[in-house]
Amino acid sequence: MKIMNMVNAINDALDIKLAEDKSVIVYGEDVGVEGGVFRVTEGLQKKYGAERVFDSPLAESGIVGTAVGMAVAGLKPVVEMQFCGFIYPAFNQIISHATRMRNRSRGLLETPIVIRLPYGGGINALEHHSESMEAIFGHIPGLKVVVPSTPHDAKGMLIAAIESKDTILFMEPKRIYRAIKQEVADGKYTIPLGKANVLTQGKDVTVVAYGAMVREVQKAMVMAKEAGISVELIDLRSVYPIDRETIAKSVKKTGRIITVTEGPRTYGVGSEISQIALEEAFLHLEAPPARVSGYDVIVPLPKGEHHYMQDAYKIFYEIEKTVKY
Amino acid sequence: MFNEYNPLEKKMFQVIDNNGKVLDKKWMPKIDNEKLVTIYKDMLFARTADLQIVSYQRQGRIFTYPPNYGQEAIAAAAGVHIKDNDWLVPAFREMGTMLAKGVSLKELFLYFMGYEDGSAFKKAKNTLPISVPIASQLLHAAGIGYAIKYNKEDKVVFGFVGDGGTSEGDFHEAVNFAGVWKVPVIFIIQNNQYGISTPTKMQTASESLAIKAVAYGVKGIQVDGNDFFAMYKAIEESVDACRKGEGPILIEAVTYRKGAHTTSDDPTKYRTKEEEQEWEAKDPMKRLKSYLISKKLWSEKEEESILPQFKEEIDRQFIEAENYGPYPAEDIFKYMYSEMPDDLKDQISEHERFLQWKSTKVK
Repeated sequence: MKIMNMVNAINDALDIKLAEDKSVIVYGEDVGVEGGVFRVTEGLQKKYGAERVFDSPLAESGIVGTAVGMAVAGLKPVVEMQFCGFIYPAFNQIISHATRMRNRSRGLLETPIVIRLPYGGGINALEHHSESMEAIFGHIPGLKVVVPSTPHDAKGMLIAAIESKDTILFMEPKRIYRAIKQEVADGKYTIPLGKANVLTQGKDVTVVAYGAMVREVQKAMVMAKEAGISVELIDLRSVYPIDRETIAKSVKKTGRIITVTEGPRTYGVGSEISQIALEEAFLHLEAPPARVSGYDVIVPLPKGEHHYMQDAYKIFYEIEKTVKY
Repeated sequence: MFNEYNPLEKKMFQVIDNNGKVLDKKWMPKIDNEKLVTIYKDMLFARTADLQIVSYQRQGRIFTYPPNYGQEAIAAAAGVHIKDNDWLVPAFREMGTMLAKGVSLKELFLYFMGYEDGSAFKKAKNTLPISVPIASQLLHAAGIGYAIKYNKEDKVVFGFVGDGGTSEGDFHEAVNFAGVWKVPVIFIIQNNQYGISTPTKMQTASESLAIKAVAYGVKGIQVDGNDFFAMYKAIEESVDACRKGEGPILIEAVTYRKGAHTTSDDPTKYRTKEEEQEWEAKDPMKRLKSYLISKKLWSEKEEESILPQFKEEIDRQFIEAENYGPYPAEDIFKYMYSEMPDDLKDQISEHERFLQWKSTKVK
């Protein structure tokens, strides 16, 4: 056991996979010498050499497109997109090739690629550095989209992602990269992708969140407890595949559901979860499913960001409304 | 060759003229006569198939098809040099190279009839399926090149694109990445003068497409793509350079799409009869045939006698493809992920329940 933040935990996962599997290759913008702008890959080039951990030219489509080629030729590329706001040039390679090669070739070709993607707001950043666009990726057939909320999960989920034969968008909530420290087990372990995690059992309302929002919900739960409301908190962990079973089971128990997401509301992950609640637990519902989310606007620059972001008060506000409905 | 025909020299590499006469013996590749005749027959087979597919399409027996007509020398020359273990990253007008790699005509037919199974190549190793989004496949070629170099394998990647594709960002990124990584990739631009209806001069202000190699610091050459011997020689030297670690290479093959962009396109809207006639004189099959006839290696009589055999074989494979059979519903789900997620399993059952219900309603 070591005390680690999420940056350390992801670095540890990469270290373990680079050591054990020669086909693992790590590259992206500034990930080599510098260790990435968030230092997630720090020290790995020194340890594994510039053939396996290196800086690529500055071109996101090039990074993901070459990863498709490496993957069909037997390597396991783990590439970094520097920020969620910069992934769009790579969108074509993700939606047109990485997620289609297996289907297109009827299973002959596989693209085991992990695309690491720091995302999310609340870090006083420049434009294009605060987006949370998981919903548009969750909509892509053939892609898996996962989001850890703790260092422990980040390590186990990243190892599972690298060992998967699918293309995986591994979203890293950069706001809590260094904010949470916890004991992380030594050596290799995996956390299955596609399964949600019930963090707290409760009976009045189900709250589903992931990534940096889990911590905000936990803060809101302190207020809820004082108000006598019992919250069941689900860490979704995986935007796709989505764990319908865990959501359904919880809503049937509590009769109420709130989703907390950072991205814009319309067509968002919250909308999908609400639909699951309606389909699976219609007759158990005591209130309409509620969405705490970003508004359908551009993420404001830092001075206006507090109007956009979800915090404990906004979440508790919605909890209170839903329970009193 | 790469020095003498450096793209900055603005020269196009040619070995034979329009009448099949050798222009400069020093560049004439050494190919034994028997092999040369086999190559010509393969080209003739590909052209015959190509023309026959267009007529199947007109009969409503196959969907949209992009003909190769007029560009056969490029695919054939690549097909001669590509080995089983080399990688082929096609665009969609490289029938000759795909056949050489071991893709069957039946597989191509299946693909254009609307079965993904046509891209599950049974024999062709290291061959990617046809790629439709223009130029996007070249990045795969660069990535495969990296894997080859990383694993210290003796393999070369052949990546194809058209002239229009050189305007796409992925073209630039691919040649740039490959140049930085020094990987064994031969990028072959089939400059057939048009991207659907847009002429090459509207794609770029560059002197040529080959000259773009200079900016990326890689070897490049402009080749007469309708001159089989020039293509043969250029690819031969490119393969040698790649195997010596001197890749990547960018080849601009200058050619002409005698057919339409696809069977849905009408070229009379954007090009003239005069232009078509001018290129007719440079037809790659005629030029190679003239050479072969002048060397007494081939005759019109032989051609006449072999064509019916080809047509029969093409028809045989086409009919096999036509009788391929139903497309099971499960097939649209089962290749999406390495293990099927629960919601896709649910969607299969949902679809089956619907089909069951529908079967009771449809008369």
